[in-house]
Amino acid sequence: MSQNILEVKNLKINFSTFAGTVQAIRNVSFDLRKGETLAIVGESGSGKSVTTRSIMGLLASNAQIKSGEIKFKGQDLLKESAKEMDHHRGNDISMIFQDPMTSLDPTMTIGKQVAEPLLIHGKISKENALKRAQEVLELVGIPNARARMKDYPHQFSGGQRQRIVIAIAIVNYPEILIADEPTTALDVTVQAQIIDLMRELQEKLETSIIFITHDLGVVAGIADRVAVMYAGKIVEYGTVDEIFYEPRHPYTWGLLSSMPTLDIGSHKLASIPGTPPDLLDPPQGDAFAARNPYAMNIDFQAQPPFFQVSETHYAATWLLHPDAPHVDPPAAIQRRFAEYQKLLQAGQVENPIEGSLNE
Amino acid sequence: MTPTQPSKIVQVKHLKQYFNVGKPNEVKAVDDISFDIYAGETFGLVGESGSGKSTTGRSIIRLYNPTGGQILFQDQDISKIKSHGPEMLKFRRETQMIFQDPYASLDPRMKVKDIIAEGLDIHHLVNSAEQREQRVNDLLKEVGLNPDHATRYPHEFSGGQRQRIGIARALAVDPKFIIADEPISALDVSIQAQVVNLMKDIQRRKNLTYLFIAHDLSMVKYISDRIAVMHQGRLMEMGPADEVYNHPLHPYTKSLLSAVPMPDPELERKRQRLPYDASIENNHEHERQLHEITPGHFVFSTEAEVPQYQDAAEAQAIS
Repeated sequence: MSQNILEVKNLKINFSTFAGTVQAIRNVSFDLRKGETLAIVGESGSGKSVTTRSIMGLLASNAQIKSGEIKFKGQDLLKESAKEMDHHRGNDISMIFQDPMTSLDPTMTIGKQVAEPLLIHGKISKENALKRAQEVLELVGIPNARARMKDYPHQFSGGQRQRIVIAIAIVNYPEILIADEPTTALDVTVQAQIIDLMRELQEKLETSIIFITHDLGVVAGIADRVAVMYAGKIVEYGTVDEIFYEPRHPYTWGLLSSMPTLDIGSHKLASIPGTPPDLLDPPQGDAFAARNPYAMNIDFQAQPPFFQVSETHYAATWLLHPDAPHVDPPAAIQRRFAEYQKLLQAGQVENPIEGSLNE
Repeated sequence: MTPTQPSKIVQVKHLKQYFNVGKPNEVKAVDDISFDIYAGETFGLVGESGSGKSTTGRSIIRLYNPTGGQILFQDQDISKIKSHGPEMLKFRRETQMIFQDPYASLDPRMKVKDIIAEGLDIHHLVNSAEQREQRVNDLLKEVGLNPDHATRYPHEFSGGQRQRIGIARALAVDPKFIIADEPISALDVSIQAQVVNLMKDIQRRKNLTYLFIAHDLSMVKYISDRIAVMHQGRLMEMGPADEVYNHPLHPYTKSLLSAVPMPDPELERKRQRLPYDASIENNHEHERQLHEITPGHFVFSTEAEVPQYQDAAEAQAIS
C-alpha cells in the first residue's frame, strides 16, 4: 500500500575540521513512506540533524558526502545540481527549524514571509500569493490572520512564531516536511498545541514527516516509526510500539529508562554513564560499547550488523546474535513490558507487529 | 503539623516584583506570592516561560530589589542587608546559584580550577596555593570529574561536564541554599539523569536546601519534595510533590499536567488535553489567594470556592 517517498542508502558524511576528519554519519540507511511520521531520536552529536540537512542540501561547506544516495521519488538528490535542489527546497521538501525566534526575518512582515516560497516557486501573482498566505496562516491557527499579515515577528509569541514557521514550510504543500526539534524551545502547553497542529496538517495534506527530537515523550505522541541514532549510526528502528514496548538495543533501553515518568515515584533515575564517543576517531567496535553495561568482548572488536526482530523492527546489537547470552533488560524497561502486556491482554491494542505499517 | 518541623530557611512574604513601574509597559512579573522553603528540602517551582519563576529565584538571591513584600533568609530580611558589607558577603556565601546554560555561565578564558576557586578566593576560604589546589581537586571529585582536568578550559568539556563544573563552583563556598534555575534543560536526556542524580547525592551528603526552577514537570516531580505551580506571576497551587502531581486541584495545574508528553505511545493515543481559561483569575469581583485545602496543599481560589476544592480533594483521595 504505502510507497516509499524517500530512500536514504548507505549515507556517509565526513566533516573536515582543524582537529581532523569527523565521521558524522557512518553508513545510515532508512526510508520514509507516504503520509507517515518517522521520528529520528538521538543526542546532540548523534548525526540526526546532519542527516536531514543532507536531504535538504543544506550541509556546511566543510562537509563531504563520502558515499550513499538520497532518493526522492526515485531521483538521487545528491546528484542534482544546485538549481535543481533550489526547486525541491521549500517546494517538495521543506523544513521547520528548532528556534522560532531566529528562523524568521525580523525586518519582514509575516505575510510576505509566508508568501515568499510561493513567489519563488510558483507562477502566481503577488496578490494570489498573499491570499494563499492568509489561508495557510488561518490553517495553522493564527487568529485574525488577515490583519496580522502586516505584523512583524517580534509582535508574536513564541508559539505563534512557530506556527508561522510551520505556515512557511507548508505553504507549497510539500510532500516531505522535516521538523528539526520544532518544539524544544517551547513550553509544554504550547508544544502540545504545535504537535496537535502538525498531526492535523498531516491528515489534511498527507505530508510525510521526518521529526527529529531527543524527547521520547514527544516521539510517543507523534511518530508512526522511530529510528534511534547513536554516534552517526542508526542503532535500532521499528514501529513506535516496538521501540517503546519491545526495545532491543541497550542504548534505547538507557534512553527510555532515563526519562522520568510522572508515575515513576522516587526510584533512582537510571542514567547512561559516560559520554558519547569522539567521532574524530570512532571506536573500532560498537560505538556504544564503552557505556553499555551489557557489553561483551565482541562489542569492542566489531560493529554489530542489524538483526531482524520482526518484519518492521531491526536492532544493531550483538545481544541479538544467536550465540549471545540471554540478557534481561533493566527493571524500568521490564515495568514497561508488564504494562504493555496488561494492555494487550485487556484487548485495548492491536498487536503492533500486525500494524498497518507493512513493507 | 508534626512537632519536629524543620526550620524555615527561606520565607517569601507577599513578594511583588514589578518592572517599568509607573510606565505604560509595567510588567507584574511576580504579583504577591508567599511561600516558605524548609531546611533540607527541595522546593520545585514550575511554570511556563513568562510565569515569573526565574524572577522569583533572582529576587530571593537579591539580584533585584523587591517592589513589595519581604524575603527572609534564615529569619533575616535580605533587603535590609547593605550591598557592600560583611553581611552581604556572608549572604552571598550561604546562597549559591546553578545556571541554565552551561555554555554561557562559565568564563571561557578562565581555567576550570580558577572558575571553581573564584569563590574561595573572594571569601578567603583557603590560605595557601596547596590548600586551594587540594580543595579544587576535592570538589572536582565530588561532582564526578577528573582532577587532572583542573587546568583545562570550559570549551574542552561537554555540556553535562560543564554543568558539573557549575555545580562544583556553587559548592566551593559551602552554601546552605542553592537556587538551580533550569539546570538541566540545556542537556541531553541521558545526561539530564546523571546531573539530577548527582544533585540529589550531593544534597544528601551536605544537607543542602534546593530551590529547583524548571518547566520540565516530570523532572521537577522526580527531584522535589514540595512543588509550587506558577502562572502569570502568581502561585496557583502548592503542596507535596506527589499530591500536586497525582491529585492536582487547580485547573491550571491540571491543564499543565495534561500537556506533559509521556514516553508511552498507548497513553499518548488516549491522552486528552485540558485547556485552561486564564480569565477566571482576572475576575476581580472576589479576592483570590492561596487557601489550604488539605494539610499542606494550597490552591489559589476565592474563599467561596474552598468547599468545592475540599470535596474534590476528598473524592480524589478515595478513588
